[in-house]
This record gives sequence, C-alpha cells and structure tokens, in this order.
Amino acid sequence: MGELSRMWREMPSRYRMEGRKCENCSRVYFPPRDICPVCHRDSIGKMKPVDIAGNGEIISYTVVHETPPAFIRQKPYVLAIIKLDEGPMITGQIVDSEPEEIKMGSRVKSVFRRISEDGKSGVIHYGYKFTLDK
Amino acid sequence: MSGIVSYGSYIPKYRVKPDEIARVWGEDPENIKNGIFILSKSVPSPDEDTATISVEAARNALRRGGMSGQEIGSIYVGSESHPYAVKPTATIVSAAIGADFKMFAADYEFACKAGTAGMQNVLGMVDAGMIKYGMAIGADTSQGAPGDVLEYSASAGGTAMIIGRERVAAEIKSTLSVTSDTPDFWRREGQPYPTHGERFTGEPAYFRHVTNAAKMMMERMQTKPEDYDYAVFHQPNGKFPTRAAKVLGFQEKQYKEGLLTPVIGNTYSASMMTGLSAILDAAKPGDRILAVSFGSGAGSDAFHIEVTEEIEELHKRNVTTVRKMLEDVKFVDYAIYAKFKKKIVFGEEVE
Ligand SMILES: [Zn+2]
Repeated sequence: MGELSRMWREMPSRYRMEGRKCENCSRVYFPPRDICPVCHRDSIGKMKPVDIAGNGEIISYTVVHETPPAFIRQKPYVLAIIKLDEGPMITGQIVDSEPEEIKMGSRVKSVFRRISEDGKSGVIHYGYKFTLDK
Repeated sequence: MSGIVSYGSYIPKYRVKPDEIARVWGEDPENIKNGIFILSKSVPSPDEDTATISVEAARNALRRGGMSGQEIGSIYVGSESHPYAVKPTATIVSAAIGADFKMFAADYEFACKAGTAGMQNVLGMVDAGMIKYGMAIGADTSQGAPGDVLEYSASAGGTAMIIGRERVAAEIKSTLSVTSDTPDFWRREGQPYPTHGERFTGEPAYFRHVTNAAKMMMERMQTKPEDYDYAVFHQPNGKFPTRAAKVLGFQEKQYKEGLLTPVIGNTYSASMMTGLSAILDAAKPGDRILAVSFGSGAGSDAFHIEVTEEIEELHKRNVTTVRKMLEDVKFVDYAIYAKFKKKIVFGEEVE
C-alpha cells in the first residue's frame, strides 16, 4: 500500500504539474520541493504551490529500446530532458511522435496519459507526458 | 438563459482506414466504404483511455473559456468505456483539472448518449441554482470485436461542455428526451466486445428515436428545418445521420459541418457532442442549432441551441479546433492498430 499512498500524495504534481515557488528568491521547483535548496532556512513556510503550464523545450533526448513491461506497446519511445518555461528541467516521455521527428530545441506541451497499471486488478497510474507542440 | 459557456474536444492522433481492416478479414473495402461511409477512424495510443481523453477535452474547454478548474461545480462523464468498472472517471478528471473538493460528480452510462444526458443534468443543476458552472463530458475508446462490422466504425474521442448561466456562448433554449426498451446493442458485464441485434439497429432504434426527438423539438419550438443554420445528429456511421437529416428535411449545408464520422469513425458518447463542438468552432452570433444524440438501448436527447455574441470571445482564445485535429494525423496499419487497441494480449507477467 506504500506505493498507493505515494501515488495519492503526488497526484497534484503528477496529474496537473503543480510545482512550488520559493517566495524568498522566486525560483520555481518541479517536482515540488519542501525547502528551497538556495535559500534553505529562509524558505521555510514560503514554498507556495504554483501551476506549471506544461510548455517547454527539448534540450536533450534518448530513444529507449529496452523498455519496462508497461511500455511494451510504445517501444521504441523517446525520453527527453525538457526545460520548462517556468525554469525547472524535468525528464519526460514524448508521445505520438516518431524518434526521427524529435529535435533539440523542439517545443513541447504536456498531455495527460496513462503511465502504468498495477496488474489487471490494480490501480491505474496517470500522469504527465509530452507531445511536440506544432 | 443558461447554456454552453465553453466547449473543448480531443481526438487521438492515430487513424486506421477500412481498407486495412478489410484486407485482414478478407472483406471488400469498397463495399464497406459504400455501406457505412467511413473513410478512416481514430485510434487511441496505448496510453490513452476514456479518462485521459476526458481530461484533454476538459482542459481544452477550460482554456477556451479562460476558466480554472476551481470554477466547476459539477462533473459528469458519460461513456461506455470507463477505465474502471468501479471508480468514477469523473474523480480522475476533477483531480486533473484541479477542481474543488466541494463538488458534484458521477459517471453516466447510456451507450452513445451518456454525455448528452450529462449535459441535461448539468443544465438542470444550473437552472435550479445548485451550481454556477458544471461540466458534462462524453468520451469513449469504444471496441468492436475483430472482424465484426463495428470494427470499421468504433473509434475514440471526447468532448467537454461547460454549462452555466453567465457568459453563455450558446443558449440551450430547450431540451427533451425519448426513451424505450429496444434490444439494438448491448454489452454484458465482463464481456470485452458488444453485441448487436442486427434487425433492430436501423429503423426501430436509431431512426425512430432520432427523428421523433427532432420532430418533437421542432414542434415545441415552433420551428421548421429551414429555421436552423446547423443540424447535428449521432453518427454511428456516415450514412445514418445523413439519412435522418434528409428524412427530416435538412439540407447538406446544414449538416456537413458537424458530420465527422466519415473521417474519425464513431466516437460513441463523444459523437454528437464533437459534431456540435465543430459547429461551435464555425458558428456566428444568432445561429440556430438542432442537436440530437442517440444511445442504444435506446433513447435520444434533443437540444435547441442559439449562439450568442460571447462565441466570438471563445474563438479569440485560439484553442485547437476540431478541424485542426482532423489535419494533424498519423495512419497506422492493422498490426499497429491491434497492438495499440490491446487486441494482441500478453500474459499478466509481461505487461
Ligand atoms: Zn529560494
């Protein structure tokens, strides 16, 4: 049940990319952090929830050929490092594109997709992925 | 007067052609194309389902309306392909759009008219003063058994309508329903594919309900077909809605804008609502729309809709239109389609 409570706790960030903004230095963090690594103690009580729009740019990517079982129908797929417009850098899957369509600097936007499921009778995990923004 | 405040659709990017399906099952593709008038149908990605499609449609509706999830007081999701047998899709949508904890929500089921039943429900809640704005979604990733005629049409898509009393872009002047117990199409619990009662699909089911609901609405509103700028009907294939329109006395220029099945297939609960969404993309203030859904089992929901000046505000926000979604597509062959739709199955330990 540990995994289930983690999923439930992380829903705001996984479902709709809720990040945290340090009101001391204005830096935005995604995934959310409880303490600002720059301001440390000065950020306590000042990390406010902030919505990430989900738009960004690919700064690096790789094509994954050896996939975990949950991605067997999607292989090969593209995993990219994305610089979000709000500042944070994250790793995300690029869907609905062939690897040869992906370029450094390509603009992407977030989409809501299935990530995995806990077997045929378990819970379905949803979260953000990205598509090329044409 | 209450009505549609904003709207948004989502159609998956992949398409498969009847030629591909016919090739595998040894059918004559021209025969199929002429019979049902479907030239391609949408196919969801392996990581898409009714919940993800509902969320994308809901987000497009919020963006187009310049609204936040916090403003939505109720969410009803109509579908025949909810990802869970027990656990509402509406809960997933509410979390994904950041809706408030204090809200009304449920899933609906009435074959292809569950989404429009949700629209009526939200409209009633708005008129009763229970909520300010509510959202009704029709979405499906429908299944047709391999080789069955439904395999040529059953597709995927979703549309969300935000209904309220303020900033109304399309007034719902009236709505009514017809209902009967008709064995035209059903799916028993635990069965992966639906069954259809062949001799019931046309006349006693689709045409009886759709044309009667449309006639009753025109009688109630004292209107004639020529009083409408647009008409949209449920689209199980490309032939039925055209025939219903002609029987009722509508011209092609009135129904072509909302007729999407020839290129996206039957999106079930999203079918009429996505047609309406395409019409709203093109509509001008003052336009009148007659919209009639159909759900097997069976019933029809009819709506008399009048577009207001607010529609121009929605168009300005520049959210992806239905026509745009029809342009940016990728065609797949039957093997990829079968893989995506999980017609090829793995053991529990593999996937
Ligand atoms: Zn800081």
